[in-house]
Amino acid sequence: MTDPISVLTLFLFNIIVYNIPLLYGTVGEILTEKSGSLNLGVEGTMAVGAMFGYLAGSLSNSMLLGLLVSMVAAGLCGLLFSVLTVTLQANQNVTGLTITTFGLGLYFFIGKGMGANWPAMQDSPSLVNGFAPVEIPGLSAIPVVGKALFSHSGMVYLAIVIAVAVWWYLKYTKVGLRLRAIGENPGAADSVGVNIVLYKYIHLIAGSAIMGLGGFYMALNMGGSFEGSNCWVNGYGWIAVALVIFANWNAVAAILGTLVFGFFNTLQVYSGSLASAFPEGLGWLSAVPPHLYMALPFLITAIVLVVSSIRNKRESSGQPSALGTNYFREDR
Amino acid sequence: MASTYAVEMQDICKSFGSVKANSNVSLNVREGEILALLGENGSGKTTLMNMLSGIYRPDSGSIYVNGQQVSIHAPEDAKRLGIGMVHQHFKLVDNFTAADNIWLGEKEGGPVLRRSRYDRIDEMARKFGFEIDSRKRVYNMAVSEKQTLEIVKVLCYGARIIILDEPTAVLTVQETEKLFSVLRKMKAEGHSIIIITHKLNEVLEISDRVTILRKGEYITTVDTASTNEQELTEWMVGRKVDLNIQRPVVEKTRPLLEIRDLTIRSDEGAVAIDHVSFYIRGGEILGVAGIAGCGQKELCEAIAGLRPIEQGQMIHKGDNIVGLSPKEILDKGISMSFIPEDRLGMGLAPSLSITDNMLLKSYRQSNGPFVDRKRGREEARRVIEELEIVTPSTETPVRRLSGGNVQKVLLGREIKAGPNVIVTAYPVRGLDINSSYAIYDILNQQKQSGVGILFVGEDLDVMMALCDKIMVLCHGKMMGVVHADKTTKEELGLMMTGSLDLSHKYEDKPAGIARDTLFKEAEQ
Repeated sequence: MTDPISVLTLFLFNIIVYNIPLLYGTVGEILTEKSGSLNLGVEGTMAVGAMFGYLAGSLSNSMLLGLLVSMVAAGLCGLLFSVLTVTLQANQNVTGLTITTFGLGLYFFIGKGMGANWPAMQDSPSLVNGFAPVEIPGLSAIPVVGKALFSHSGMVYLAIVIAVAVWWYLKYTKVGLRLRAIGENPGAADSVGVNIVLYKYIHLIAGSAIMGLGGFYMALNMGGSFEGSNCWVNGYGWIAVALVIFANWNAVAAILGTLVFGFFNTLQVYSGSLASAFPEGLGWLSAVPPHLYMALPFLITAIVLVVSSIRNKRESSGQPSALGTNYFREDR
Repeated sequence: MASTYAVEMQDICKSFGSVKANSNVSLNVREGEILALLGENGSGKTTLMNMLSGIYRPDSGSIYVNGQQVSIHAPEDAKRLGIGMVHQHFKLVDNFTAADNIWLGEKEGGPVLRRSRYDRIDEMARKFGFEIDSRKRVYNMAVSEKQTLEIVKVLCYGARIIILDEPTAVLTVQETEKLFSVLRKMKAEGHSIIIITHKLNEVLEISDRVTILRKGEYITTVDTASTNEQELTEWMVGRKVDLNIQRPVVEKTRPLLEIRDLTIRSDEGAVAIDHVSFYIRGGEILGVAGIAGCGQKELCEAIAGLRPIEQGQMIHKGDNIVGLSPKEILDKGISMSFIPEDRLGMGLAPSLSITDNMLLKSYRQSNGPFVDRKRGREEARRVIEELEIVTPSTETPVRRLSGGNVQKVLLGREIKAGPNVIVTAYPVRGLDINSSYAIYDILNQQKQSGVGILFVGEDLDVMMALCDKIMVLCHGKMMGVVHADKTTKEELGLMMTGSLDLSHKYEDKPAGIARDTLFKEAEQ
């Protein structure tokens, strides 16, 4: 007989553990899209960040290097996207899809190429320790909530910090104001002397770097074991693209969006144990066909897309008007 | 080169691909002077000014600011040199506040946004003699407010040389007067102003000197005081032009199309047309005047069957057309040509050829599942011939044609169907004098053959010369119908802003309801 409280705690704990990478992807994409660029390469960018970050971190036995390399590698994907769409004016949708294909291809190419030389995570204590839960003194002692919210890996807190920082940066700094202007009306920003190319490059690269951290997290969360059939990122990049809409391009709302998605995502795994732990209240969970749980996150995405398109009033919508279009000054 | 000019441009050349937009154009402005830059559409006025404001770079030629040779590579350079441009399509971020639109380009004030920026912008605007609501968002602003904001913006960046691209195109008569007094005040303060326009009366009213361009070439510069409309037109067009618009008198028939108590909602759900009644007779042109966005678009769409109506009746030759599909309305002989602001948005498929665009309307007449391309090509050839459309072939994509020719294609196709009512909105929008007059001639021909025409227009001078009657709309309400030859611009202007309501001028006959109506008794 499982202890109901510990089941519930584990359920809440895992919502965060397994879904926080979504927040990295979403916040990175928000920063990208606010500059007016739609980068559909989140999945591939996260995969590249995961692969290079993990290899660098485990081979050098340095958590810090892993973090840095995951950002740099993913940032290079952002640079590639920038060169193609900003400088060469390529179509953003196609370029983004290309980056996803390219990123996943690179991921499997390197992973399989390593073969028997694949480094195990246990062999690099720096990664193991670096990813180990950090219990926040005092708060983590609270029953249920303490374990669920305040005893996570440092990278979980880092994601929250980045989300809040990006929100503040976009809303309350002049650089953020200019970036939003580029996303809304690049012609207007250009006419008052904002360097559009520079702003786009910087923020597209920064956004991709944040996505890369999400990939790195997923690698470590999977214990660094490479499987030839499945990528660590496993479709999270795509959910992040949808979450951007769910969060209405607001990085703080993305935290909430991550938790909502995470809730249903995790319910899929825990429905059985929740049902047996709380037979009176949640017994019906086991009667729900498991396929519905698998479909739930995607159903929610669909519902969110419908709701947000109905709600799509200019005052409340955070969608940049010029999203997905390239800017060329001499366009007539 | 010792120069007393605030700005001097010498021998400027600029090409786009094989098209020469400017060749060897020169221009200069003194301090405290208003220079009008006059020319037809496509004569390179905006291109020239875009080179001054850093949007384009000249291929060759030199620019001097206060006697110093400068090179302007980007808008930032222009800003630093004190050159500010108010573009025809405002460069504003719609969902930002007024203050943030200015703050964007402000160098000072620190990296963090503070509430105090609103007060600072308010204060700056007041210093320049403007009242703006710095917290108001741009999408809530009227056109004239946006323009004011643009002017305040360039002044805030310290511009001494201000370029205005067709600033009066979107303003009412009263608003234009207000703008001109602002310009005069700025001139008195020592600013140099370049105003781009193709309206001759405005050139004569506001400017000190005029520089004229034609087809990208510099023609001449004259003192405004020593010239007149006729002379300016000849320079601009390159030959003598009869500036009078004909208004043939035609025997009028009983009302063809009657609109009674019509109410329509806009896409946003607001009331766009509010209990409006009017009628069109055969052989008459009814003008519709009003500030942009006063329900003109919704009205046209409703008549063409593209927009559901809230209430009211639309009677065509005694038959109710409310609720009919666009095709059924078309079959009754009501055709619509709407020229939106971007000119290609409605009615034509820009990437298709002229032939294909003709076929869009006539494909149903061919038998079987295949398109009769041969007949379409013939139709296209006939329209090209009749309307003197300049195009390499019938297979040229419509977007490659110049604006005037695009509009002729659209109008030509509508006329070809042999309609008895033509609804046309902004048919000369953005056209130069030559093309405009060609379009007026086409409309007059149709009128003489007994067609009733609803003409939604912008330029009051034109409407007063071309139309028989003018109906004025203000925020969707009808302010009255006046005879074009008996009204004045001032009267129309007052009606457009809603300060004069003539809809109940005559006790016995409310405006817009015909005495010899074709309404059946039961419907009344």
